[in-house]
Amino acid sequence: MTARAGRRDTLPGFGLTMGLTLTWLSIIILIPLAGLFLKTFELSLAEFVGIVTSRRTLNALKISFGLAFAAALVNLVMGGIVVWALVRYRFPGRRLFDAIVDIPFALPTAVAGIALTSLFARNGWLGAPLAELGIKVAFTPLGIFMAMVFIGIPFVVRTVQPVLIDLDPEIEEAAASLGADRWQTIRRVILPSLVPALLTGFALAFARAVGEYGSVIFIAGNLPNVSEIAPLLIVIRLAEFRYADATAIAVVMLVAAFLVILVVNRLQHWAQTRIPVH
Amino acid sequence: MTIELANITKRFGAFAALDGVDLTVADGELLALLGPSGSGKTTLLRIIAGLDWPDGGTVAFDGENALARGAGERQVGFVFQHYALFRHMSVFENVAFGMRVQPRAIRKDEAGIHARVKELLDLVQLDWLADRYPGQLSGGQRQRIALARALATAPRILLLDEPFGALDAKVRKELRRWLRALHQEINVTSVFVTHDQEEALEVANRVVVMDKGRIEQVGTPGEIYDEPATAFVHGFIGESIVLPVNVAEGRVWIGDQPLNIAAPNVGGPSKLYVRRHDLRVGSESVGLRGAVRHVRAFGAIQRADIAVRTGGGETVIEIDTPRDQPLRAGETVELHPRRYRIFAD
Repeated sequence: MTARAGRRDTLPGFGLTMGLTLTWLSIIILIPLAGLFLKTFELSLAEFVGIVTSRRTLNALKISFGLAFAAALVNLVMGGIVVWALVRYRFPGRRLFDAIVDIPFALPTAVAGIALTSLFARNGWLGAPLAELGIKVAFTPLGIFMAMVFIGIPFVVRTVQPVLIDLDPEIEEAAASLGADRWQTIRRVILPSLVPALLTGFALAFARAVGEYGSVIFIAGNLPNVSEIAPLLIVIRLAEFRYADATAIAVVMLVAAFLVILVVNRLQHWAQTRIPVH
Repeated sequence: MTIELANITKRFGAFAALDGVDLTVADGELLALLGPSGSGKTTLLRIIAGLDWPDGGTVAFDGENALARGAGERQVGFVFQHYALFRHMSVFENVAFGMRVQPRAIRKDEAGIHARVKELLDLVQLDWLADRYPGQLSGGQRQRIALARALATAPRILLLDEPFGALDAKVRKELRRWLRALHQEINVTSVFVTHDQEEALEVANRVVVMDKGRIEQVGTPGEIYDEPATAFVHGFIGESIVLPVNVAEGRVWIGDQPLNIAAPNVGGPSKLYVRRHDLRVGSESVGLRGAVRHVRAFGAIQRADIAVRTGGGETVIEIDTPRDQPLRAGETVELHPRRYRIFAD
């Protein structure tokens, strides 16, 4: 082989696809984000700090991130169980349930919000019995949490499903023949193999819940400091023409979300390098 | 530990994977289950391990009913064809797994587990790999780690499914010799499945040849090779030349030509089986002759296609002869089977 031929890439089209990738990501993601950051420079540092540390902003951020985290945790556990049942067992209606999982993906979020609100309102199918127990869901943080669980579950199920399907049944037989009982096999063999996929599902569900607007605002009640999410506060500031305020909150959300996803990514990377792919 | 299998049957839908198998494995034996794919050998191995359950028949270990116990309670070490190592665990943790999942009452302490893993990794000569992950090992190394893992809890029986199937030829040869030596060292009753006759004959003390869910023959490698009990075994082991013959009036006939060889007790249409190296050219006449069609030379030997006139037409066979006895296409040669067997159709 000549030196020239040897230097040519085996995969053609690197220049073209890389150029398109950079251009596209710039137009779609980087430039709007840069605009966001630039807008906040209209504020002095003191003004910026004042806005993002005001009680109302801090509470909104706490509600958004705290509930999104809690909802993603619940989805991690429940989504894990759902995916196990869907992959491992054959039962009537399995395909139907499998399809139902995708509904939160497809449903317009406002529709989901209205449906959840009427379901959990004091006179709703689930709201009425819960109200008798003294539990109020609609128009409280619990309602926000329910909406976030609803929109997050398909992310966990759809990320873990293909990995679980591909899991070699021989490793379970190996564990069994080495004397492990069913529970030890799940805890020591199956679950660790699923950790990277579970973390990805968790990160996606979390990111989606932090950014969720449509379904949450119907059920939240939107009481400042109690059940007002950060995205709603941004919309309110926009409506008041306080654009710089809105972008200041947005920047904090963006950085915080980025940090959380970065941490999850590192965790996932760490889990994955322990299982070298080959 | 002896293993006794009696009248084992197993069906997968309409397909009979095992059809009445009886087999006794003696204590300390290294036994090969040999057969083509679909012969039921792996199913039989999985039934011994408790990974599959027979539809009928009994499995006993030292006279004790093994079917009453699950896979984890049989004290059987199983080595999977594709190793089935736990990819998220280091080599050390893979080998330690069997000990870590033992009930607390009999579980070794951490120091005991360390000592045992070290001992096993030394045994398979891979102690330097303890901290690696399975994805970082070569096929041969994975194979040996899988073996160490299976031996960790001192199983009474060792079962190996196509232990060398996924390895390249050179590693395979090394590991074969190594497995034999290892078996002599630990002397645990062992059964391995293979479709490779050379592997079975070279490694095992005894070989079980299987076909279509039944046992065709059980014997030492020498017996299996020299005295095949059935046409299937003769055809499956070694290279065979097969000629259609007829046994009648106490003689063997090929076409309308009587052969000057001893006739067996069978009668009627039969097949004459000869190993390729047992068919000599031109030494004596027994009435078997053929026309040389084509000759090729390879190193010390020449290989010839020879057409033998048989009942309905002719059968072309391929034989090897030394180069110092040149054959020419077109000539007619006398063929003499030094050893042969005749099986009725």
